[in-house]
Amino acid sequence: MSVVPDTTTKITFTDNNTKFNSQGVQFIINPYDELSLTKALEIAEKVGGTVTVATVGLADAEPVIRKALAIGANDAIRINAEPVEGMFVAQQLAEIIKNDNYDIVLTGRESIDYNGGQVTGILAELLNWPSVNVCTKMELVDGKMHFERDIDGGRQSVIANLPVIASAQKDLCEPRIPNMKGIMAARTKPLTVKEPVQLELKAHYESFESPSAKQAVRMIDAEQAGQLIDILRNEIKIIA
Amino acid sequence: MVGIYAELSEGQFKKAVLETASYASQISTNGVTAICVGEPKEGESQKLATYGVQKLIVIKGFSSFDAQTYSKAIANAIQANGIETLIIANTYEGKSIGPRLAVGINAAIATNVISLPNQSNGFVVKRGVFSGKGFAYVQLGAGKKVIALTPNSIDISEKTVELSVETINETPMNSNTNIESTHKAEGKIPLTEAEIVVSAGRGLKGPENWNMVEELADLLGAATACSKPVSDMGWRPHSEHVGQTGITIKPNLYIAIGISGAIQHLAGVSSSKVIVAINKDPEAPFFKAADIGIVGDAFDILPKIIEAAKLTQN
Ligand SMILES: Cc1cc2nc3c(=O)[nH]c(=O)nc-3n(C[C@H](O)[C@H](O)[C@H](O)COP(=O)(O)OP(=O)(O)OC[C@H]3O[C@@H](n4cnc5c(N)ncnc54)[C@H](O)[C@@H]3O)c2cc1C
Ligand SMILES: Nc1ncnc2c1ncn2[C@@H]1O[C@H](COP(=O)(O)O)[C@@H](O)[C@H]1O
Repeated sequence: MSVVPDTTTKITFTDNNTKFNSQGVQFIINPYDELSLTKALEIAEKVGGTVTVATVGLADAEPVIRKALAIGANDAIRINAEPVEGMFVAQQLAEIIKNDNYDIVLTGRESIDYNGGQVTGILAELLNWPSVNVCTKMELVDGKMHFERDIDGGRQSVIANLPVIASAQKDLCEPRIPNMKGIMAARTKPLTVKEPVQLELKAHYESFESPSAKQAVRMIDAEQAGQLIDILRNEIKIIA
Repeated sequence: MVGIYAELSEGQFKKAVLETASYASQISTNGVTAICVGEPKEGESQKLATYGVQKLIVIKGFSSFDAQTYSKAIANAIQANGIETLIIANTYEGKSIGPRLAVGINAAIATNVISLPNQSNGFVVKRGVFSGKGFAYVQLGAGKKVIALTPNSIDISEKTVELSVETINETPMNSNTNIESTHKAEGKIPLTEAEIVVSAGRGLKGPENWNMVEELADLLGAATACSKPVSDMGWRPHSEHVGQTGITIKPNLYIAIGISGAIQHLAGVSSSKVIVAINKDPEAPFFKAADIGIVGDAFDILPKIIEAAKLTQN
């Protein structure tokens, strides 16, 4: 589960555009991970079993991890490192997963901060597990996972053997929100902190840039709305 | 050597694949090798040669897609052909195997890449981050690299070369996944590949009014999209939802009808080259992000635009 800036955040950069400016930013559970967490709880409730949340992040991620515990996860592991790069994050997570007997690992389609969309695939290859991406349905039936996933221009039903890793896409389920009882219980649930394994980074973020500001919008009179076609075709030459 | 993964869709190479070929031939000093799984239709391979691919490796023996087994076979072909840098299109299939390949060949990976690399000091690519709210310059270390290229990011240029084809007969390892069924919307342009997108929001009042949106999209050869509440309410399928928690797109033209322009929506579409906003509220935030705006009732304006598009078509 990754911890990301709230979706309303206006993204700015600092330190000469080399860092994301987190000042005053509210952090949340990555929206896709909210779905995978909810789905994991649904599966565990149906067949029995427990749900562990694992996050690579610094101590400031803990309030958000507690929220995941309040939603219903049984325990949490935080790997104490800045989640700088997909390869690094996946390698840290692989260490955790290798050392325990997890049957199903659910992730999100992407983190909405760095939008890597990398961790699921890298993790799967490191573990040598099958992977199914961007799932809108996940159901455990007779020891196999039944998925529906998005493909370019359509969708596909896939059945996978366990263990398996799969990423959540919007529409998977309605995300649960914590209730008072959950919030109370979360305070005493185990949140283990582990130190990361040392790794050499293969990719470095050198600098950031904000999208360039748009020029003033050119207005067309509503009565003459048909002009739009003429402008797009003959002036901007963007339609045939 | 620079390589591409040439994804096949019903025996054909998509435009996104030709973009990767063009990208590869622009950065390679000693040719481009393409790898595909399954057999291209008659004449398709020649398309790759038009964009600088000299060698095509066709891996046979797979009956259906599986990320794990595909990646194993492709990684083997990458190694066997001395490919150091692999360019892959950031499609759903590309996203599910690119990261696996990076591990398989021990490479650094950058996804969502939107520029050619700057190689004056190492290998730096520009990629989209924060769902369209920013860009990052990423330095990829020495050694092998996987670059996942966002469709419609670079201009493609032809560079016709001679093509040789080599076939590998694989006996894939047993797959742990099994595809039960596949549904593709017939005759529709997938949103992620569309160069023109016509999109509508809650301002359209109800799903029954989408016939106007579809008519305009048809006339322009566009795909259709929508805002989050529209797909949440089931007016449109969720696969049409664009924005920070939906699909991020960067078409040449994005027409937004009755969409307010919330920050989460803009995040997913603001990289579009030209944005047209149609909204009855002159204060709608979308006008700040648009190139062209029309203030008025969509139910009056759309028929006028459709009329004009029909007229000039013949
Ligand atoms: C965590 C989170 C994630 C989100 N992610 C996304 C996302 O990915 N994508 C997304 O789109 N939203 C997202 N949202 C929702 C976003 O904040 C807005 O609520 C949403 O984009 C509004 O959709 P809308 O513009 O269709 O509807 P509204 O905000 O209701 O706007 C309708 C617009 O139509 C105009 N209008 C009304 N009638 C007419 C008419 N007859 N003719 C012309 N114009 C008319 C109105 O003036 C108004 O501007 C997210 C929200 C949250 C909290
Ligand atoms: N720092 C992290 N800690 C734990 N899981 C993560 C982290 N970053 C990403 N993930 C998981 O991997 C998915 C894809 O993330 P990404 O590759 O960063 O786009 C996310 O939805 C999470 O499920």
